[in-house]
Amino acid sequence: MRPSRLPIWGRPPMLKVDGIQVAYGKVQALFGVTLEVKPGEILCLLGRNGAGKTTVMKSIMGLLPLTGGAIFLNGEVISGIPAHEIPRKRIGYVPQGRRLFPELTVSENIEIGLLPCKSGSDTRDWVLEMFPRLRERLNQQAHTLSGGEQQMLAMARALCLHPQVLLLDEPTEGLQPSMIELIRQVTVNMKNEGLGVLLVEQRVDAVLSVADQVAFIEHGQNLESLSAEELRGDPDKIHRYLGV
Amino acid sequence: MEFGPHLLLASLEGAVSAAVLALTAMGLSIVFGVMRIVNVAHGEFFMLGAVLAWWIASMIGAHPAVGFVVAIVIAPLAVGVIAAVADKVILQRIGYDPERTIVATIGLLYILQQAALMTFGPDARPVTPPFNQRIDLPWFEFTKNGLGLFWPWGLSITSYKLFVVLAAILILTGVWLLMTRTRFGLIMRATQQDREMSQAFGVPVDNVFAYVFGLGAALAAIGAVLVVPVQQAHYLMGHDPLLLSFIVVIIGGLGSLPGTVIAAVLIGMSDGIISVFFSPTLAKIVATMAVAMVLVFRPQGLVGKAAS
Repeated sequence: MRPSRLPIWGRPPMLKVDGIQVAYGKVQALFGVTLEVKPGEILCLLGRNGAGKTTVMKSIMGLLPLTGGAIFLNGEVISGIPAHEIPRKRIGYVPQGRRLFPELTVSENIEIGLLPCKSGSDTRDWVLEMFPRLRERLNQQAHTLSGGEQQMLAMARALCLHPQVLLLDEPTEGLQPSMIELIRQVTVNMKNEGLGVLLVEQRVDAVLSVADQVAFIEHGQNLESLSAEELRGDPDKIHRYLGV
Repeated sequence: MEFGPHLLLASLEGAVSAAVLALTAMGLSIVFGVMRIVNVAHGEFFMLGAVLAWWIASMIGAHPAVGFVVAIVIAPLAVGVIAAVADKVILQRIGYDPERTIVATIGLLYILQQAALMTFGPDARPVTPPFNQRIDLPWFEFTKNGLGLFWPWGLSITSYKLFVVLAAILILTGVWLLMTRTRFGLIMRATQQDREMSQAFGVPVDNVFAYVFGLGAALAAIGAVLVVPVQQAHYLMGHDPLLLSFIVVIIGGLGSLPGTVIAAVLIGMSDGIISVFFSPTLAKIVATMAVAMVLVFRPQGLVGKAAS
């Protein structure tokens, strides 16, 4: 049996966010957030706008300095190391709004993804097989792609790292249903390969169908973590935390 | 001299200053483009390149060509290293904050200028060109016997000046290849477009900035080494290149490399031609006027893109 098919409890957490506090200047945004992303599991972060979901993602990537707490990857502290060394630990980041390099071509955007872990052309072929549409557009500048293609490229760029952990910040925002389905499929495939996925998503229905665990976050604190099954059985919680 | 040959002569002189200006402004443009900082000390890196070239050439007593070849390799390298250190020690410490960077580079300007004065003295220093043959140029004219070729008195250029133009074209081609064909160029362009995401994909932005600042300064120094055999090296020579580089970068479009070359050719040529036919002061007035017009009617520059 593949390790990823094991029950999710009892395995060591791959990514552990332990009581992190983050401030933008004098404005504190996170007041102690604790999360655990396990291999082969999708942890979904739910919360209202401004609750601190994206801040959690950026903190994991080392883009914001922590004022308290720590972040561990496989037991090793990764908070406090220079931001450019985080991707070398094989954490792939698909940021909100995609944040491609707009004037670089599709091919060059992928090449940037290959740099940190010195991945070779086999990796390039692997991600292009996953998103064949990108192969047709290799020499096109990223900003000329459609929204869905841009999202594919953002995913491809992050997957070039062969990540252990994938951070997805609203990957389906503004996409048509067929594209949402494709992104969802790739995410689930990656999970089945044993990746840990931290997913930020606004649409609760999209979350419930893919997530294994759900963590609610509000005003920079996390409220409750529960399995997606529990949440499916108790939709009242969604109303209580999200007001939807 | 008739108008035609006179114009040709002025254009050739203009081409030399355009070549040097293109190199210097390219340095400023790359630094602004990638790092988004205004480097007021850029002219002093130019001056430092020129003064170091004189110093190196005068240390090496051999044939002028030997001194020149050593100078064109060593002086830009030395200036690049000084700039990279200044970036690490000063600009990185203030986090590239726009206002503080301007003040810091003004400080750097005076430190470099006065250091050059104290080390090398106030005199203007000549550098002997490595080669300097006079090349007479022909002019065509229609006469009673059809198209005639004649050699107007005074219509000539030196081989060294032609070399300056060629060298500038070669170096700018090299810069273009560096930006578009190499991994370092890719990293620079990525950093220019999204600093944070570059970090999220493993780009050590601090080191890239130090290299870019060094590269920008080295380009100014190359321009200076090329020009000292024509002009002289002097500790106050950084003002004009700084002003003209800013004019070129604004007209071309901030951070646009093709725009910088186009604007450098425009400004350099018009500077040369107007200086010959009228006066250098009028040339500066026209260039500054052009900047004002660009800022009013096309603030993003000739080639630059409007802010989205």
